[in-house]
Amino acid sequence: MSGDAITARVSDDALARACGADEVAAALVKAGCQVERVSSWGMHWLEPLVEVDGKGWGPVTPDRVQEIIEGGAGDIGIGLIADHPFIKRQQRLTFARAGKTCPLSVEAYEATGGWAGMRRARVIGPAQVLQEVVQSGLRGRGGAGFPAGIKWQTVAGAQGEQKYIVCNADEGDSGTFADRMLMEGDPFSLVEGMAIAGHAVGANRGYIYVRSEYPDAIRKLQDAIRACGALVAPFEVEVRVGAGAYVCGEETSLLNSLEGKRGEVRAKPPLPAIEGLFGCPTVVNNVLTLAAIPHILAEGGAALYDGLGIDRSKGTMPIQLAGNIKHGGLFECAFGITLRELVYDVGGGTASGRLVKAVQVGGPLGAYLHPDQFDMPFDYEAYAAANALIGHGGIVVFDDTADMGAMARFAMEFCAAESCGKCTPCRIGAVRGVEIVDRIRAKGTDGGRQPDRIEIAPQMHNAPKDARSRADEIQLLEDLCETMKFGSLCALGGFTPYPVMSALKHWPEDFGG
Amino acid sequence: MSMNQTTRLAEICAAHRHREGPLLPILHEVQAEFGCVDTECEIAIAAVLNLSRAEVHGVVSFYHDFTSQRDTRPEVQICRAEACKARGVEALMEAASQAAGDRVFIKTVYCLGLCSVGPSARVGDRLVARLDEAKLKQLIENS
Repeated sequence: MSGDAITARVSDDALARACGADEVAAALVKAGCQVERVSSWGMHWLEPLVEVDGKGWGPVTPDRVQEIIEGGAGDIGIGLIADHPFIKRQQRLTFARAGKTCPLSVEAYEATGGWAGMRRARVIGPAQVLQEVVQSGLRGRGGAGFPAGIKWQTVAGAQGEQKYIVCNADEGDSGTFADRMLMEGDPFSLVEGMAIAGHAVGANRGYIYVRSEYPDAIRKLQDAIRACGALVAPFEVEVRVGAGAYVCGEETSLLNSLEGKRGEVRAKPPLPAIEGLFGCPTVVNNVLTLAAIPHILAEGGAALYDGLGIDRSKGTMPIQLAGNIKHGGLFECAFGITLRELVYDVGGGTASGRLVKAVQVGGPLGAYLHPDQFDMPFDYEAYAAANALIGHGGIVVFDDTADMGAMARFAMEFCAAESCGKCTPCRIGAVRGVEIVDRIRAKGTDGGRQPDRIEIAPQMHNAPKDARSRADEIQLLEDLCETMKFGSLCALGGFTPYPVMSALKHWPEDFGG
Repeated sequence: MSMNQTTRLAEICAAHRHREGPLLPILHEVQAEFGCVDTECEIAIAAVLNLSRAEVHGVVSFYHDFTSQRDTRPEVQICRAEACKARGVEALMEAASQAAGDRVFIKTVYCLGLCSVGPSARVGDRLVARLDEAKLKQLIENS
């Protein structure tokens, strides 16, 4: 009697599966349930989450399945999922479907407002689409925060037979997973956003460049594109897989990689909007930027978007709560929320139960923020003013056992490992940075450095002949960071100084001082 | 390279050469099938795409996913980026390398996108999160 079977919903998001969702789903099937694999609600501490009639249980292990079917397991029950405080506090636009639909169901996508933006865009015409995207105030969600509408206008106005829409899905920043969740949970919205962009600027081809670390997202995108190819035609989309280079998240390096070259950064100008992929005018936007487009293009969407947020940071930001946090997951809300609210009220403090020592916002290139700075509003300009960045909206929490000196060293080490090698400040500066941090932190010495054999040679007139003190080394690190910040071609070398200098500024005791 | 491999390589190149920017898709497929992209492969691919071998080698050596020598050991990728560090992955690394010994290749990766439930690892296309020492050891021993 399948009519009487309980329908249980379990996420098929990669994170839920990594936590055991497949095993739980199998146990539910074995117990006679109908199982629907849906996208993730984004409450990661509760994954695998099982939903029956709107009520949730999590984290579920296969041995608890029988109790759930019988309506028990109260200790892991959370009641109605939609009423959970973590969900209630959010304002979900980009992630409106999260937890609610089967990711690859065209019908479910359409029934929840899908394709409405694209159809309307085709009716109102490219000029009006461009105007509405500008009006919405949408800024690139990849990190730089460049106004999407202006970029599109540039491409629309550029001369060229062939134009491209490139989606940057090379989400390499640690602490970020919103792109992955969107691609796995709502892939059609990304394709729709790209099709609208193509319509607006006159491009008929699009590429989604996904990092190879996301096998689930790659598979789902490919399936989704097959399923909706006819709907978005004549626009064509293709998935391209990265090859493990972090720097390919930088747009010009990504374009080189798409062209089949080393992922080296290009000097700008020319901007990709004028000379991008294969020298053609190209829109390069992040996953979240493009996925926000269908909502903006829906009736009245642009004005609604513009009405959210503060100052010049408009709309909502999918914030990712990660690291040592009790309630980690995806939290989409309007700009302006403070870190204090995010870390303590929403996130519930650290997972380890210890004191919060530091929070890194914006990935490996973002500054480490001290709890004293937690009242800063989430806003592009406010963060920039504090020598920090919002980046892709990832927040990584560290408890008081973290060694910030080691994290500063890691920032330099990471930059050295991932530098594309094109510009000197990044390629060599990062290696020297690791060495200087090591000398500052060296145990049993005063942190200085003796002149080496070559430096003391009489013919080395300009080489310093005296030993360097620890203070000299710190000065040298500051100088090096200055050079990297202003001399690097892209954000990898240019922003690595943020985590290093912020760690040194707020936690000098972790540098052996 | 055996006859079989030569034929297979030619097939892979033929399947992709009409695409825009065909090199990376070809290299991915060669790496997946042959376990590496060696000198002979580079020469053959360069000939098909009308590139110099240096250009192909430059690309192969740039990306972490491509290797010039085949490693037959099973591979376990462990994320050691900031979010997993904040959740204690570094404390597991010694036990991991002990469990791996010479038999398993432990590859450090930076971010698998499971940053709220780390430490995490990947074996093939399978991801595992919320690792502790026992779970990680078991994962390595079973790989």
